[in-house]
Amino acid sequence: MAVETKDKVGVRRTTEYTAVTLESQVPAGPIEKRWDEHRFKMKLVNPANKRKYTVIVVGSGLAGGAAAATMGELGYNVKCFCYQDSPRRAHSIAAQGGINAAKNYRNDGDSIYRLFYDTVKGGDFRSRESNVYRLAQVSVDIIDQCVAQGVPFAREYGGLLDNRSFGGAQVSRTFYARGQTGQQLLLGAYQSLSRQIAAGKVEMHTRSEMIDLIVIDGQARGIVTRDMLTGKIESHLADAVVLGTGGYGNVFYLSTNAKGCNTTAIWRAHRRGAFFANPCFTQIHPTCIPAAGDYQSKLTLMSESLRNDGRIWVPRKQGDKRRASEIPEGERDYYLEERYPSFGNLVPRDVASRNAKYVCDEGRGVGDTGLGVYLDFADAIKRLGKQAIFERYGNLFDMYARITGEDPYEVPMRIYPAIHYTMGGLWVDYNLMSTIPGLFVIGEANFSDHGANRLGASALMQGLADGYFILPYTIGNYLAQAKLPKVSTDHPACREVEVEVETRMKRLLSINGKRSVDSFHRELGDIMWNNCGMSRNEAGLKQALKRIPEIRSEFWENVRVLGKNEELNQSLEKASRVADFMELAELLCLDALERRESCGGHFREESQIDGEAKRDDENFSYAAAWEYSGNVSRPNLHKEPLIFEYVIPSQRSYK
Amino acid sequence: MSHDTMDLTLHVWRQKSSKDSGGFVTYVEEARGISEHMSFLEMLDVVNEKLIEKNEDPIAFDHDCREGICGMCGLMINGIAHGPDQTTTCQLHMRVFKEQGITDITIEPWRAKAFPVIKDLVVDRNAFEMIIQAGGYISVSTGSAPDANSLPIPKENADKAMDGASCIGCGACVAACPNASAMLFTSAKIGHLGLLPQGQVERDDRVLRMVNKMDEVGFGGCTNIGECSAVCPKEIGLEFIARMNRDLIRASLAKGDSKKP
Ligand SMILES: Cc1cc2nc3c(=O)[nH]c(=O)nc-3n(C[C@H](O)[C@H](O)[C@H](O)COP(=O)(O)OP(=O)(O)OC[C@H]3O[C@@H](n4cnc5c(N)ncnc54)[C@H](O)[C@@H]3O)c2cc1C
Ligand code: FES
Repeated sequence: MAVETKDKVGVRRTTEYTAVTLESQVPAGPIEKRWDEHRFKMKLVNPANKRKYTVIVVGSGLAGGAAAATMGELGYNVKCFCYQDSPRRAHSIAAQGGINAAKNYRNDGDSIYRLFYDTVKGGDFRSRESNVYRLAQVSVDIIDQCVAQGVPFAREYGGLLDNRSFGGAQVSRTFYARGQTGQQLLLGAYQSLSRQIAAGKVEMHTRSEMIDLIVIDGQARGIVTRDMLTGKIESHLADAVVLGTGGYGNVFYLSTNAKGCNTTAIWRAHRRGAFFANPCFTQIHPTCIPAAGDYQSKLTLMSESLRNDGRIWVPRKQGDKRRASEIPEGERDYYLEERYPSFGNLVPRDVASRNAKYVCDEGRGVGDTGLGVYLDFADAIKRLGKQAIFERYGNLFDMYARITGEDPYEVPMRIYPAIHYTMGGLWVDYNLMSTIPGLFVIGEANFSDHGANRLGASALMQGLADGYFILPYTIGNYLAQAKLPKVSTDHPACREVEVEVETRMKRLLSINGKRSVDSFHRELGDIMWNNCGMSRNEAGLKQALKRIPEIRSEFWENVRVLGKNEELNQSLEKASRVADFMELAELLCLDALERRESCGGHFREESQIDGEAKRDDENFSYAAAWEYSGNVSRPNLHKEPLIFEYVIPSQRSYK
Repeated sequence: MSHDTMDLTLHVWRQKSSKDSGGFVTYVEEARGISEHMSFLEMLDVVNEKLIEKNEDPIAFDHDCREGICGMCGLMINGIAHGPDQTTTCQLHMRVFKEQGITDITIEPWRAKAFPVIKDLVVDRNAFEMIIQAGGYISVSTGSAPDANSLPIPKENADKAMDGASCIGCGACVAACPNASAMLFTSAKIGHLGLLPQGQVERDDRVLRMVNKMDEVGFGGCTNIGECSAVCPKEIGLEFIARMNRDLIRASLAKGDSKKP
């Protein structure tokens, strides 16, 4: 079908794509055998032929970096792109806590099946069983691979790998490297990638931003990038395109993501025909350092492990401005311990976050802004001694002190929830291919195996599973079967997309309005956080859906972007990203409105029992896959029904 | 928490492009009313918003995670790489200046032959990439790894390797060194991999290739001044350089003996 439509911002879709139906490609048979059998059935690319194929990988994080390195090793020609000055700086680097794997080194009853079970349940029954099972299966290979690369995981005195229990899991399956697990895993992938770059198998493009996707005859065949140093807008062609561009949490402006994290790559692909699944599934992390003022540029996560020893409380009285030390025990409300006696301060992330919001909404929040709750270590210090607390959390306490200027050994920490992770993303089938043939999506950028809620230490696992062990197989299956006529950058489709990108940059630079890009981004973020954040309701979402198009049109009329395209222009980079966030925001709210149930990170106030989330399996046991219709405000909804053959859906309860 | 503000005088290096010669520009009005709770980069964000308001080009600087881990940020602040707190520029907070009574702040890019300035405070650190590509890895392809626990590693070695591996590649060590040497950066990676059993097979080759590359891409030699380690936000110690020097001698001898190319 030829699609040519125009919407408000004047972006025209020029390429064609074939009509798609949602085929999840999930193999049949016993779940333990599905991946093996699928692998056996997949077509292989003959080793000598691999060098005849070129694959574009956008992103050099755990997912993209691992995929690019592995495909280089296999013999494909790889072109890899990232927006930072080095692939080593992808935001995976910031992950602290650890990575899960069903190694059962602790002999504490863990197994592939248990990790699978926990992940499906933790995702509140909104993920695909087959994918999750495969994830749990390959998790064990990841640890082997990383150790072989030299990743210095924590070890015990006997020299074997150490594990800890993370995020309320009942087994110790989390591998970690101090508080820098993401950094070490990423450096492992980066080093393998560097080896392939040196070998000439991977061509690395740093400071190079993908602005659009090239689709030719219904297949993803390339991308258009902007060189961030020279402004050069250029087409790159390949036989398949892989997006590992991370999450879109920055649609909320303030989040724990890096400043450059963006939705542009997946959003542009969405506009070219890739369905966007479950955009409203966003995760909020309860233990972040609260915003200090309106200049706040990002939020910093404090490891969840702090809740093992810290006690969360707020004053019982509204507007109590006394210092923490002046509030006597009887006037403190340890609200999690009271409401959830069996889990206490260790309730899951969404429950902890929502309750913090409620007490702050009641006017009982602490700190200058009133948007904070105490995380108090006084009892733990009394019980275990300052030294023990220092040994467990020394780094985190230092970081807190540096950022806030307060000493958490003396006064309680102040924490507040923040956007942290996005479970939604481009819809992919079992082969990690989107609805555009030849476009694969991996890592946080796809709609992932985490359903409506991700468990701690499982994103690193998924990124590396996709990148090292799944995509390199499934892409071969595609390449071996696809008809891929030779194309060159003279192809009219390339020129058309290039012109669109050039026009977009010119347009942004010529508006010359009154407001900075950041001011728009902040305003958008406020709306998203207030109306589509920790708790959502119909009225709030409808209000957001009215406001977002208004801000978007103001943006296109009143943004001020100085300088020119042909230079390093950070305002222009930001403007182009914010323009896409403005569109994604609307889809996110539409999805949240459509899903009239509470599940995982998505809490709809209309759907609760006794203040707790109420899932509605009868009506919402599906993945919502949105198709761009040519009009951002009117996408088409497709549903992939979710079938549970192994883990029978049950309601979560933490009381 | 109080909302104490400070009025600053900033001297910022402005340079339109690598071809431009560049120079300092002083900002006073734009740097008024800075909250002591801001991070250094948030202070620059505020200055930039004011510049944009006045239709002036904002100051370009590199940053991403703003959590002290990606290594993207890095400024010379009053002559010290990353400023007075031995942390990354993004983790430096304005209260440090307030406490020390400093209101006059000079901000420059990293200065080193191997790190040419791209624009304003942004430099090109590609030379670091080339050092890693020369051998900063263990040659293991996906899928060929033995079970992770088949190779016990003494905790002490694993911990020491982790110390080296914690390098964020920001380049402060080079910027702080009067010779613009990359010894700390290079030795941190050589030490990380050389302390692990997996890294032994390529150990000699690795040090020879990485050190050669380091010289080739324009970094200076080491004269044991120690400024590198003094500014390193991850506190990587000089013992890594000593280790690398020992490895280098060992490898040169071994290679010399066996007459390998
Ligand atoms: C503070 C923090 C702590 C975390 N802790 C944990 C943890 O302990 N355990 C866990 O399992 N998970 C954790 N997570 C989640 C996890 O880190 C991420 O989900 C995961 O690392 C994402 O990896 P990725 O490869 O998909 O994307 P990223 O690492 O974000 O990589 C994205 C890549 O895409 C590139 N890119 C993006 N857009 C473009 C574009 N338009 N053009 C070109 N290139 C582009 C970037 O340059 C980058 O290379 C944490 C997340 C945060 C923010
Ligand atoms: S911005 Fe990442 S270390 Fe400073």
